[in-house]
Amino acid sequence: MKFGIVVFPGSNCDHDCYHAAKHVMGQEAEYIWHKTTSLKGFDCIVFPGGFSYGDYLRTGAIAKFSPVLKEIKKFADNGGLVLGICNGFQILCETGLLPGVLMRNSGLKFICKDVGLRVENVNTPFTKLYEEGQLLDIPIAHADGNYFADAETLKSLSGNGQIILRYATKDGDVDASANPNGSVGNIAGITNKEKNVFGLMPHPERAMEASLGGTDGYAFFESIVKVVS
Amino acid sequence: MSIKVKIYVTLKEGVLDPQGRAVVGALGALDFKGVEDLRIGKFMELKVDTESKEAAEQEARRMCEELLANPVIEDFRVEVE
Repeated sequence: MKFGIVVFPGSNCDHDCYHAAKHVMGQEAEYIWHKTTSLKGFDCIVFPGGFSYGDYLRTGAIAKFSPVLKEIKKFADNGGLVLGICNGFQILCETGLLPGVLMRNSGLKFICKDVGLRVENVNTPFTKLYEEGQLLDIPIAHADGNYFADAETLKSLSGNGQIILRYATKDGDVDASANPNGSVGNIAGITNKEKNVFGLMPHPERAMEASLGGTDGYAFFESIVKVVS
Repeated sequence: MSIKVKIYVTLKEGVLDPQGRAVVGALGALDFKGVEDLRIGKFMELKVDTESKEAAEQEARRMCEELLANPVIEDFRVEVE
C-alpha cells in the first residue's frame, strides 16, 4: 500500500512519519507538497505534526486553505483513510473533517513527554489490532492540545464511538491526574462518524521501535496496512 | 474608498481562558486586587478598499466566518470607521 505524507511550510514530523511508513512498516511512502492537486494512487494520507504556517492566527487555520485540502476532502468523502497527528489533528479540526477544536494547554506550557492512553474503540481501521481498554505509552509534544467541543458534540462523539483515545493513568483510570492539557473528557484522539478520518495529539510515529523508546504506536500503522492490503 | 475596519475576536462564554486566568493571578500579585475576571481576545485592524461602509462590514463579517474566527470557540464583532 502507499502512504502519502502532506508537507506544509512548517511541518516538522513529516520525516518521522515517512520513516514509520517506509522503513518500519516497509510500505510505499511519498511526500505530498501542500500545493499538489492530485492524490492518485494513495491509500492513506497522513497529516504530520509541526507548526504549519507558524501556527499563525490559530493552529491549522491557514493550512486549511492549501490546494491539497480540497483533494483530501474528496478523498475522505470517498472513504479514503486520513490520519492527522498533532498539528495534523489541529488541521483536521479546522477544516471541519473532525468536530471540535484544539485550544492552548490549560497549563499554558509546551509539554513534551510520554503519556498514558486508553484505547476506547477498536472498531476502526486505525485501531483494529489493539484491544479494547488497552493501555499505551506514547509521547505528546504540543502547546495546543486541549481538546474542546460543546456538550452536544461530545454526546454524539461518545454515542457514535468516535472517541478513540483518552489520557489515562497507569491503572487505566481516566481522571484529572492523567490529563496533561485540560482536554474535555481526557480526549486524546477522535474519528469522524464514518471512522475513516482519525486525529490524535500523541505521536504514534515516535513509538514504533524499541530502540527509540517504545513500540506502542506500531499497531496504528499496522492496522492501516492490514485494512488496506 | 479606503475604509478602516476593526475586528474583535473573543472567546465564547463558557470556554475556559487559562491565559486570562494566569493574567488575573499576575495582576493580583501586583496588588491589583479588584480584578474579578479577565478574558484575552484578538484585535485586528484592516484597511479595505470598497465602495461603501456597508460593503466593508459585510466583507469583514465573511472574513471572520471563513477564517479570522473559529465558530466553535470564538465570537467576533466588526466595527467600521
